[in-house]
Amino acid sequence: MTSPGESGGRETWPLWEVFVRSSRGLSHVHAGSLHAPDEIMAVRNARDLYTRRAEGVSIWVVPASAITASDPDARGAFFESPQGKEYRHATYYTESDSVPHL
Amino acid sequence: MADGTSVDDEAGAARFAQLLADEQRVEPTDWMPEGYRKTLVRQISQHAHSEIIGMQPEGNWITRAPSLKRKAILMAKVQDEAGHGLYLYSAAQTLGTDRDTMFEQLITGKAKYSSIFNYTTPTWADMGSIGWLVDGAAICNQVPLCRASYGPYARAMVRICKEESFHQRQGFEILLTLMRGTEEQRAMAQESVNRWYAPALMMFGPPDDDSPNSKQSMAWNIKRFSNDDLRQRFVDMLVPQAEILGVTLPDPAIKWNEERGHYDFGDLDWAEFHEVLAGRGPANSIRVARRRQAHEDGAWVREAARAYADARADERLAS
Repeated sequence: MTSPGESGGRETWPLWEVFVRSSRGLSHVHAGSLHAPDEIMAVRNARDLYTRRAEGVSIWVVPASAITASDPDARGAFFESPQGKEYRHATYYTESDSVPHL
Repeated sequence: MADGTSVDDEAGAARFAQLLADEQRVEPTDWMPEGYRKTLVRQISQHAHSEIIGMQPEGNWITRAPSLKRKAILMAKVQDEAGHGLYLYSAAQTLGTDRDTMFEQLITGKAKYSSIFNYTTPTWADMGSIGWLVDGAAICNQVPLCRASYGPYARAMVRICKEESFHQRQGFEILLTLMRGTEEQRAMAQESVNRWYAPALMMFGPPDDDSPNSKQSMAWNIKRFSNDDLRQRFVDMLVPQAEILGVTLPDPAIKWNEERGHYDFGDLDWAEFHEVLAGRGPANSIRVARRRQAHEDGAWVREAARAYADARADERLAS
């Protein structure tokens, strides 16, 4: 299975996926990808590329080739389970709509 | 099937059509028509090349900018352009063309980039005109691309547009400062605007009836507005801005048209546009040659960094 963003080919440097935490208390969020020879340069390049305007307080980099993704062609079957199970959402229970604090 | 399509292709094509009809985004792993993929690779890589080549006309002025503040601002802007190029190469890469291939197409002169960067920047006022007119036109073009149907492209454009607005404002401010200066400085600003106005308007591409690919790009939700519509929108924004600056736009045909609710403006010299696009602009060869030299001069750095990374990986395995 291919990793998201990986195009294979004959690149000089491998591809890294970059995750940035914008401030304390928030998750690291995927910002994009970049090329770098190793993880140290990947973190530095990520700083220069994705946080030029103080967008982050922490960065993760992951080799794109290390990411395993769900099969896009099987997404129908793979994500079938929650279908028709609206009772997993609070909005399913309408009898209590007018009751305060519920 | 006899026509070479498979059942998978048919299901994929139906899903693709549905995504577009629903104004949804197409993602890298979705089925897409070959023409859609090719159009996107061409458009996104050309866009990336434009950002990278676009560093040169301004890089030209970093050492000569009139103050430390202006130097710092110009460096930040050129650094942004490198960043924008990289966001776009990443987006193009998700379509299966690796970055080194795109680089090679640029430095061997096979790939095109925006013809505006083949004009030269002989005066400091050109830094103002590039920001105000060139980046202004780019923003006008790029804001609708934030809604382009291809997800990675649209996401890159959102990031780029956010950063680009500083570029236009700083350019306007350079011109405004010159226009508030001496007679000589005002003349320099006006002369620069005279040179950049028409080429900036041509950045939107040829007139609609001479733009064969536009219709398909609009059907694919890549392009949202026609070249002429965007050009009109840009002129409508420029006229009042020029008044604030106190510069004259070099087109005597500019006139408010009450009936249309837009400014009329004169015809552009499309012969010049096609000449520059064909590689015969003032700076085509120097731009590509400089890019190629920078790429080749950096080869040993890339190789050394790779060798160092490999050696460290070997060490980790051995310990």
